[in-house]
Amino acid sequence: MTEQKKITKTTYQLPIGPIHPALKEPVMFEFEIDGERIVDVDVSLGHVHRAIEWTGMRRNPIQIIYLAERICGICSFVHPFAFVRAVENACEIEVPERADYLRVIHGELERICSHILWAGIAAHEIGFDSVLFLTWEMREKVLDLTEYLTGNRITKAIITVGGVRRDITKDQLPKIHETLNYFKDNFEKLRKIFLDDKTFKLRSQDCGILTYDDALKLCAVGPTTRASGVKKDVRVDQAYAAYGDLDIDYITPDVLTGEVNGDVYDRIIVRLLEVKQSIGLIEQAIAGMPSGDIVSEPKIPKLLNHIKKTAGEGIGRHEAPRGEVIHYVKFDGEHENPYTWKVRASTYNNILPWIPMLKGEQIADIPIVVASTDPCMSCTNRVAIVDQNKKYELDKEQLHKLSVEKTRRLMR
Amino acid sequence: MTDKKRLTPEELVKYFKDEFKTKIKHAEIKKRTEGSKKKEFVNIWMKIDKSIFKDVIKHLCDYQFPHLAVVSGNDLGKTIELIYHFSVNFGTRLEEISLNIAVELPKSKPEIETICDFVPGALITEREKQEMLGVKIIDIPDSRRLFLPEDFPKDVYPWRKDKQPGLEKLIRNLHEVKK
Repeated sequence: MTEQKKITKTTYQLPIGPIHPALKEPVMFEFEIDGERIVDVDVSLGHVHRAIEWTGMRRNPIQIIYLAERICGICSFVHPFAFVRAVENACEIEVPERADYLRVIHGELERICSHILWAGIAAHEIGFDSVLFLTWEMREKVLDLTEYLTGNRITKAIITVGGVRRDITKDQLPKIHETLNYFKDNFEKLRKIFLDDKTFKLRSQDCGILTYDDALKLCAVGPTTRASGVKKDVRVDQAYAAYGDLDIDYITPDVLTGEVNGDVYDRIIVRLLEVKQSIGLIEQAIAGMPSGDIVSEPKIPKLLNHIKKTAGEGIGRHEAPRGEVIHYVKFDGEHENPYTWKVRASTYNNILPWIPMLKGEQIADIPIVVASTDPCMSCTNRVAIVDQNKKYELDKEQLHKLSVEKTRRLMR
Repeated sequence: MTDKKRLTPEELVKYFKDEFKTKIKHAEIKKRTEGSKKKEFVNIWMKIDKSIFKDVIKHLCDYQFPHLAVVSGNDLGKTIELIYHFSVNFGTRLEEISLNIAVELPKSKPEIETICDFVPGALITEREKQEMLGVKIIDIPDSRRLFLPEDFPKDVYPWRKDKQPGLEKLIRNLHEVKK
């Protein structure tokens, strides 16, 4: 009898990952599963750690900008932004006012792009592929605008130490307004799909809950922590770039619904409202942009010489679409390459919060809960369910199928 | 997580100096402005003695539960410096203070207590410091490696500045492999 009892209580190990090699923080999950329920989660990192910091400590700051840009394909503005702010703080380099406003415009364009991309992935994870195509069609408009303004769709190479590299001229403004108006016109459509649809609600409400206390204690960042009610947004907290001049407030789900649950639904609310907020910020920035230089020291050898002679340390923080990024640099006053460079991307802080979110959920909820923090890895490649002697393998498609099936069940 | 009166940067430094006196080796408030309206953002850089480290963190948590962004580290030759990048006073427009608390550990015995009992979110970054800088975090709840693979040689710490035997073998230059 006791023997039998033991067998029925056996839990399964379910590893997921290691995942997409193109991103800085690929993750492997090891789930302990009891039937369909997740009992425990362990996260291991670093399967494709590319030693970018190590490499950077052997490059000069101008070279690092382009290296930092390649940390993440979606956050290709925020990492160089945080890095140049760290250098500017360490070496006391001033930034022209116009550049501060241009930085805000590019930062917010990237946020719209990232949040819309995320919305598509979230829809795909629960089986709404038509929504994926709808959102990515919208994202295409921002990418076109980004290409129009910077010359490139993804790696923009727009920022430099002490300013930005390309100005936005008057004749470019109509195209910006045209894109922003397109988003305003289509926002209602998105809101209806994500916030009013019955099935979306069934899949996302009361799912993957992160409480206020957990979010604070585990140092979560970005929409993940704001959806749990923690008011934390570097753009609002600190007067950096032109954010100190603009009208901006924290976006928490109670703005819309009057309550904070910290579930997947709340994270959708926060991101959708932030798209709207970003549109407003870009309009404010364009309206208030002063004229003048866009870079304080255009001669790069002179700039590097200044950095070489300065001993100092500094941090640069920026609110990326996924949450705060922070870069730390230290210069020794003898070399132009940094003595130390530390990068902390947003997902780094959003790893521990996954554990309370996932505990108690079903296997079919893994994709949407994991995706709800907008992790810096796009997909779960491969899942293997390992029994004591037998080994089952579930690939990404099958896991996705499970999730879609759950949606269909709920729709019936 | 008590909700006390919010301190200004100067008051915050005084709050620590009153408690720990000379054990706070160095404290500097750096203010900078960006944008047209020239509003300030504040960085506090504080260097403290290793002996009071845990008490400082406790003292900080008594004031307000801080947000720990990350722990960064420098190899300074004879010592290893860890810098804890906290932020406090967030949640109100433009009031946030970045508080950077540095502590130096002798390289012969680089040990420091964990702060996971106060700030559970510190676990990931503490694990990273163990493997990258070879710092021993005492009483860390989970001492496994974080980013480095299992077969990475022991006693090689990539972020240390002195010669790391065996590290050269791990570096692959693209021009050598002709890719």
